[in-house]
Order: sequence, then C-alpha cells, then structure tokens
Amino acid sequence: MPKLKLIKRENESTMARLVVPVLSIIMAFGCGWIFLALSGYYPEVVFTKMFNGALGSPYAISETIVKAVPLMITGLAISLAFKMKLWNIGAEGQIYMGAFAASGIALALGNGSPYILIPLMMIAGFAAGALWGLIPGLLKAYWQVNETIITLMLNYIAIYWVDYLVFGPWKDPNSMGFPLTPIFSPAAQLPTWGDSRVHLGLVLAGIIAISFYLIVQYTRWGYEVRVIGESSQAARYAGMNVARNIMLVMLISGGIAGIAGMVEVAGITHRLQQGLSPGYGYTAIIVTWLARLNPFVIIIVAFLFGALLVGGFAVQIVGVSFSITQILQGTILFFLLAGEIFLRYKLVLVREEAD
Amino acid sequence: MKAALYHEGVVNLKQIPVIEMKGINKRFPGVIANDNISFRVYPGEIHALLGENGAGKSTLMSILAGLYRPDSGTIKVQGKVVRFHSPRQALEEGIGMIYQHFRLVNNFTVAENVVLGSGNINWSINHELIEKETQRISQNYGLKINPAARVHQLSLGEQQRVEILKMLYRGCDILIMDEPTTVLTPGEVKELFQVLRMMSRQGKSVVLITHKLNEVMEIADYVTVLRRGRVVGDDRIENLDEGLLTRMMVAREVIHSQARRDKQDGSMILNINNLEVKGDRGNTAVNNVSFDLHQGEILAIAGVAGNGQKELVEALAGLRGVVSGSVKYEGEEIKNHNVKSRIASGINMVPEDRIGMGLVPNLSVIDNSILRSYYKEEFYSGWLLNYKRVRSYTDRIIKEYDVFISDSRHPINYLSGGNLQKLLLGREIDQGPRVLLAAYPVRGLDVAAAEGVYDLLLKERDKGTAILLVLEDLDDIFRIADRVAVMYQGCIRKILDVEKTSIDEIGSIMVGAELTGV
Repeated sequence: MPKLKLIKRENESTMARLVVPVLSIIMAFGCGWIFLALSGYYPEVVFTKMFNGALGSPYAISETIVKAVPLMITGLAISLAFKMKLWNIGAEGQIYMGAFAASGIALALGNGSPYILIPLMMIAGFAAGALWGLIPGLLKAYWQVNETIITLMLNYIAIYWVDYLVFGPWKDPNSMGFPLTPIFSPAAQLPTWGDSRVHLGLVLAGIIAISFYLIVQYTRWGYEVRVIGESSQAARYAGMNVARNIMLVMLISGGIAGIAGMVEVAGITHRLQQGLSPGYGYTAIIVTWLARLNPFVIIIVAFLFGALLVGGFAVQIVGVSFSITQILQGTILFFLLAGEIFLRYKLVLVREEAD
Repeated sequence: MKAALYHEGVVNLKQIPVIEMKGINKRFPGVIANDNISFRVYPGEIHALLGENGAGKSTLMSILAGLYRPDSGTIKVQGKVVRFHSPRQALEEGIGMIYQHFRLVNNFTVAENVVLGSGNINWSINHELIEKETQRISQNYGLKINPAARVHQLSLGEQQRVEILKMLYRGCDILIMDEPTTVLTPGEVKELFQVLRMMSRQGKSVVLITHKLNEVMEIADYVTVLRRGRVVGDDRIENLDEGLLTRMMVAREVIHSQARRDKQDGSMILNINNLEVKGDRGNTAVNNVSFDLHQGEILAIAGVAGNGQKELVEALAGLRGVVSGSVKYEGEEIKNHNVKSRIASGINMVPEDRIGMGLVPNLSVIDNSILRSYYKEEFYSGWLLNYKRVRSYTDRIIKEYDVFISDSRHPINYLSGGNLQKLLLGREIDQGPRVLLAAYPVRGLDVAAAEGVYDLLLKERDKGTAILLVLEDLDDIFRIADRVAVMYQGCIRKILDVEKTSIDEIGSIMVGAELTGV
C-alpha cells in the first residue's frame, strides 16, 4: 500500500522558499474566512475593509508604514542577537528605555536646534537601550546566566519605570490626569513626509538594514558573529573572544531597540506616555524569526505585520472586534510556522516494502 | 585470529538466539557508524560489545533499543523479525537500554521512577503498592535500594540500580548497558557484576558496551569486537585473552608498507615540562606531563580515549589554560600565549571534533577556509571582506588538497568525512606550520581517506614539521610514527621508539598494566 512519507531535502529548494510562505498565507486566510463565516460575519466584507484600511489608499499605506517602522527597527535589533543565538526577548524593555532617555533630553533641552537635539536624543536612546542589553550580556558572558530570563525581567523594570515617570515627576500638569509628559518642542520632533505621519524613522530602518547586512556578511567582526553563532567551540579554536562579543552584540542589539523607542516618541507620540509600545518588542521577535534573520526580509515582513495591525483597526470601526484580527494574526503565524517543515522535508509517496 | 562463525555456547546449544541482528548498516553525515554488522545474543548470556570510542558500539545498541533506525539490515527477537520505530516498541519486545547519562526524575522517589511511564498506574498512585513491588523485584536480583528514597539523594551507583529496576519492572529480558562502570567505585562495580550474574542465572541476557578489557575478562561469556563500524572478531571468552582483544580493538587487518624512513635528528622545537591541565569538569586531565618534540618527527600519543589526550592537545594549541608547568617553543615560554599568537608562530592544530570545532557547521566551505586566518589583511579591501580573494584562496586549498565538492558556497555539512578532513588539514597545513598537532585525524574515515590523511602528514614531516599525533589505531602508529608516548589517566607512562617496542607492549601500558622492567 502506498504511504505518504516525509523525506529530508538534500538542499533547500529556492522554489519551496517562495511557494511555501505564499501558500501558507493563502491557507491562513482561507481558514480565517471559514472562521468569520461561522461567527456570523460576511468574510468578503471584512477582508475588503481590512485590505482597504491597510493598503487601499495612500493614507492607509502611510499608516501601515507608521506601525511597521518600530517593528522594522526592533526586528533588526533582535536579529543581530539571534544571529549569535543570544535570545534577547528584552527588546520591549529596551524600547521603553530608549524612549525614556530620548524624552529626558527632549524635555530638558527643549528649545535647542533640531540638528543638535535629534542626534543627542538618538545617542541617549541608543545608550539607554544598550545599557539594558549590556546587563544580560555581561551576566551571560562572565557567569553563563540565562539571557532569556534576564531580558524578560528587565522589560518589567523598564515599563514600570516609564509608568512611574509619566504618573509622577514627568507628568504634564495640564494633562487632566492622563499619564503623559508635556509635548516635545518642534525641534525635538522628527521631520515627516508631506502631511502624513511617516517620519525619518523609515529612512533610519533602511540604513540599519543595509549596515547590518554589510557588517555581518563582510566585516571581520561580522565573521566572528557568524562563527560564534554557529559554534562557540569553533570560535575558541579560531582565537575569537567569545565573551567580549556576547557583550558587544547584546549592547548593540539593545541600543538599536532603544533607537526604536526614541523614534517612536520623537516621530509619533511626541511625548513619553504609558503603553507607548503595544508589544512591538514581542511582535518583532516573530517578524525576525519569520524573516529568518535576513535584514531585508525583516523590512518586508514588518510591513506585512503593520498592515495586519492597521487592517485590524479598520474593521473595528464596522463592529468587528479586534480579537478577530488577533485570531487571524495567530492563524497566519500558525500556518507559516507549520509550513516551515516543507522547507526542510518533502512529501513523497512510497510503497511499503515487503519483508 | 579467526572469528567464530556460530555460537557453540554450553548453556544454549539448542537454543535460538534471543537477539539476531543481520547486515546492519547505519550512516551519519560523513561517517559510516555501522557497516554490515551481524550480532547475536543468546538467553542468559553476558555479552560484551568491545571497541574504541567511535567504533560504532553505541550506535548499534541504540538501533537495537529502537532509538535509531538502521539504513538497512534485519533484527530478529526470539526468531521473529521486528522493526522498531521507538524505544517503547523495543521495550515491548523485552529490550531495554541504560545509557551513560541516566534518565531519571530527580525529585521523584525510587519507586515512582520505576513505575513512571510503564502504563501501570491509574489516576492516583498507591505509594505503598509500588514501593512493595519495587522492593520485591530488587530483592529478587539482589539490588540494594530504598524504594522510598528520592533519586537526588542517591549515589550514581544507586541511581544505576534504579535504572536496572526500571527495566526489570517492565519485564525486560535483554538489558543493554552503555559503559556502566565509568561512574562506579570499584566496590560498586563488584556489586553490579553480582547483579548481572544473578540476572543471567534467571535467563536474562545482558549486553555490556565497554572498552575496559579487565572487566570483559571478568564478567563476559562472549565478546564481539567492533572497529570502525565493523565486526572484527567474536568468540567465547575462554578462547580469548587481553592481548588478543587489544589487537582486535586497535589493530587493522590491512597490512600497509612501512612508511618510515631513516630517522634524522631534527632539532628540538617544543619542550614540555611538568604540564598540568584541567578538564571540562575541573578534574586534572593532564598530570605532570613532560616530553620534547623534534623537527621532522612524528610523535604519536597512544592511549584509550579519554585519558587526557584531547586536553593535552588543546593546551598546546592555546585553547585551554595551563595550570602549571612550562611549554617552551624554541626556548621561549609560550604557555600564556593565545591562539592567534600561536598560529602566527607556526603552531597549527587539527582538533578531534571536525564539525563543531575544526569547521563551523552551516557556514560555507568558503567561510570555513579562512576560519583560522580570517583576521589577515590579505582577505580585506579596507573594512570589508574581499570575497574574490577569499574565494580564490578557497579554490586553491580545494585543488591542492583534493577536496571534492560541487560548490564551495554550499554549507560544509554536505561534505563527506574524508573531504571534511582534507579541507581541515589542508587549511592548517597551508599556513606553513612548524608544529602540527592532530587529534584522531582518521577517526571515522574509510581506508582510502585515512591513507590520504596519512600521506599528507608524512609529506609534512618530510618538510621538517614537528608533528604530534593522537591516534587510537596501534598499527597505524607503528606505520607512520617515529616515537610513541603512551598516555594513561592523564600521565605519559612511557615514551618509546617505535622500532624498539611492540603492539603488545604499548597495548598493555595503555590499559593500565603495571610497568615491569623495561
């Protein structure tokens, strides 16, 4: 009797790499279609609304980009750490620290020139995020402390620290009780594209993606990162300083995530506020993973996740709960991850051999 | 020595074998672990499976225990053909394996561990019942244990008893034990052997995976010897002695021509004095080792794997810190020099672990070709790696050392063991070493590939390079080395001129026999 069997692929096929994700997404939407129909919605109406809300007009696309930018920058930040198999799940906290430090500069030196203020905010954002990455990096490098737990715990500290500031000492006296700081002076706000909310952060994300690609693939240090990520034994054998590189990579990873926080306050909210990031640091992990750490694919995947987010807001207006969007997001992820197996294995028909 | 063709056991003359494996083949990427192996066990037999590390013993037994599936070959249990897809299926046929690392739940009691996963418990556990049951089985086989004790309170020897109990509780008739005595004290070894004899008397069979000859002589009824994935001999213990077994374990059936030449007296290049090095677990792995290495000679390190060879080589290459002693390179103390400065002064190394240390998994052949020279200016234009230059360097190594690959951009994982070793050795030799350290460079390679590696090493020696070579195959040592140092428990027991010694002498020193006279 013929049987279906999974056989390991000798080489990854380029064809499968393109077809599998596309098919996965189509199947996820198919699944979502059935789910929506069963819940009493008209799937075609919901999907059309979603599409139009996310990509249907120049304004929609600009909003999608606005949501995608922090995912891009944070995804890139995480990808560097993941390249070395350092599981930095603390990007959320690093975003908050970056936002905090940048806001501090903006609020303290409010009336300076933007050419000084913006770079200063960037440096401060990077430094604060870097510190938040360096702490687990240091612990990992010298005492083999698990970085996953430390980065996760530091998230809470950072989030509550910002909460403390916006509820307490930094709170805007005119905010009528809302947990917000006063709005930044225009000099501390990132320039935007036309009258949309798309800001300089998009350019920054592109620059970071290109530099990461060049650094990892083409520099001496990038070579070290790639070797250490695959085998620390081989790195030792090549005479590389593994501990120093763990700290350096965690520092840069945290710093870039800090920049994402700076960009969010300087480009979008123009103030520090509670709930600044709706979990960008966690969603970016998924983005990075789906993009298989490739910096350019991260940009594309982040854009798609931005679209899903904005599309979700759009259908909320017609009475579809946001949870439906989240279910759809989950379904897409589920199918994409399940599809991964077909990149490494192929399904073949075999006849059971006779004994 | 001729391998016995069939069993003629006293107790089991008319019996069918309880286990019969035929024509078992198993490959792993780059290594043939089992090459057409046939293996039989009779009821009530204590069967020793003997061989060096990497000979394929554990693979063969993992196949029998249902952990791996063979590429081809048949397994019969009690005369019936079986095909295992999981260890559970093997257990159902009465085959249980105890691994070197125990698989116990530390926070559970002995009795809980014993019944765990056996399918004999309902929603709640009746502790009194399972403890009584555990007690009954342990008394049956003379396994001293307290069923109510928690596993983390037990010594390793006691934990091993729990593992045995687990298997007996599941009605296991064939017990496979992987190097069971390594974690035991001499007293515990005695007790274990008593238990095994008791089991044998009750008709159960035991397979012991081991490389310790004295234990084999003491406990086994029958011995099968594996080398490089093949059965090289099997016989009843009465027909064997330690000398014969050593030969089978480490010698090679193919007799090659002697590759030595008239010994030249090269000048001393490396001088090691009272070296002490720690192992990964903080143990003293290399203890008070002293020797000289001369230009144009091959000094082989012989010894059963795990006696400090790896740590010695790593310490000399700068990968492992030196606790005390001195390492002098051309008269200069280098014990605190790092890896890069040692490479710069001409000390190169081929590690034991080919993929994982010597080569980086998942990176391309191109990337791997510069692993130990990636920082050199010649590969860069400004800040960036110049892949054109790296690539032409890779192509040269591939060509010069005859590495067979379809595309150098592919990850090295696709290369065979022989090609991996040629790439690795080629890369090290290409840097023009004055001292070359190589650990087990032919392990897992077939005869042709091994010859290729030896040719390269001999050529290098003739160029005047001083070579320190860790080998497990004594015949090979006699063929290509000039001197041989025998390591046992971290010490160099003796350094001998290969022309003035014999395989038997080396063999007995490496298994710890007392040194008598010269």
